Amino acid sequence: MNNAGIGKIQELIYDLSVGDVMKKDVISISPDISMYKLKEVLRKNRISGVPVVKNGCSVGIISIEDLINWLTKKSAGSSVKDWMTKNVVTVYEDEKLIQAISLFDQKGYGRLPVVERKEKKVVGIVTKGVIIESLLREIEIDYHEEEIRRYRMSHFFEDVTADSVTIGLIYQVKGGDVMNGGTVAGNIKKTLKRLDIKPDIYRRVAIAIYEAEMNLIFYTDGGEVSVYIKPESICVNVRDHGPGIPDVKDALRLGFSTAPNWVRELGFGAGIGLNNIQRCSDKMIINSTVGRGTILDITVNMDTL
Amino acid sequence: MKLEKIIKILDAEVCCGTVRNDWDIAMVGASDLMSDVLTFIQPDALLLTGLTNPQVVRTADVAEVKVICFIRGKKPTEETIKLAYDKEIVLFKTQFSMFKACGLLYRAGLADCLQK
Repeated sequence: MNNAGIGKIQELIYDLSVGDVMKKDVISISPDISMYKLKEVLRKNRISGVPVVKNGCSVGIISIEDLINWLTKKSAGSSVKDWMTKNVVTVYEDEKLIQAISLFDQKGYGRLPVVERKEKKVVGIVTKGVIIESLLREIEIDYHEEEIRRYRMSHFFEDVTADSVTIGLIYQVKGGDVMNGGTVAGNIKKTLKRLDIKPDIYRRVAIAIYEAEMNLIFYTDGGEVSVYIKPESICVNVRDHGPGIPDVKDALRLGFSTAPNWVRELGFGAGIGLNNIQRCSDKMIINSTVGRGTILDITVNMDTL
Repeated sequence: MKLEKIIKILDAEVCCGTVRNDWDIAMVGASDLMSDVLTFIQPDALLLTGLTNPQVVRTADVAEVKVICFIRGKKPTEETIKLAYDKEIVLFKTQFSMFKACGLLYRAGLADCLQK
């Protein structure tokens, strides 16, 4: 399984509650029935253990292992209450799945009755198998949703009837927000991928936007990134309200940088950024006025491979 | 070259992600400058770097790099690991210096990203 799959599972076990995954039509037995009857219940339902319930509440748990013990020893009584494990550990239906998984892991339990908080009545059961089944189901749903999204979006241009179609995406970038630097570029890349844009094209657009986005973060109070996707090209407009570039020619010189140390420590500010944007685009125009701001326009043609 | 072999050569430790056997790495890029990385790195190359902040993962993500190796035993930050999980990027670290790591991989037959 890939990293996203594992990440998704981790997310799910913290997000889902025991009640979301438990088996609801739980088979239970009364403590007073005989061990002979228990044997039949296990055999008929092809299960290896059942919760023992009295007046709806959990009073014990009995498994095939207890049945074997009874068959070999045949001592003491012959009702379920004589052989069951008392003081059963239960989980509440509103507890997170991680709680149940920890109990299975640390205590080695095979099954856990699930009870509701108010009257402590048994409402379901969880086993390792039930948890695995539900996680796989959730992941499958997620996978299908992404597939459908991709399919729908990749046919977007074909499905829309118009003389000309343009998809516009607008993002705001906060100045100084280093922690989120690159989020816009990452989101645009994801969207372009879903639109079935060629890898070489979306990669160039993403790199150019990434550099522009980092410039907004490092040198301005923030700005806006607009992306216009047409069947023949992708146009990107990045604008801010200052401080502006005194000499664009200077700024375009490889290695020219006004970056402070904190920017350099993050691995940027080496005077390569604007060149990178130029290299990735088919057309680049910078208009900058000191004190008023900078407007950067980039075009990447769809057919330039 | 299979990622497993690269990890063996660099005597590296996986920090996050699953080492997949179906991934073949042919090229390596090494730099601490993220803009530099964006200039030369090729999709699916291995990135060797001494920077461990989340920007390394963001840079790798936009450049379609799936594997990052930190040199001199540098540990990625928690935010970096979290982001790498999210972006499906494998992180590992080696105790070797950048020079030695590059040398070992070059000797093993891996190509430079700028090699035509």
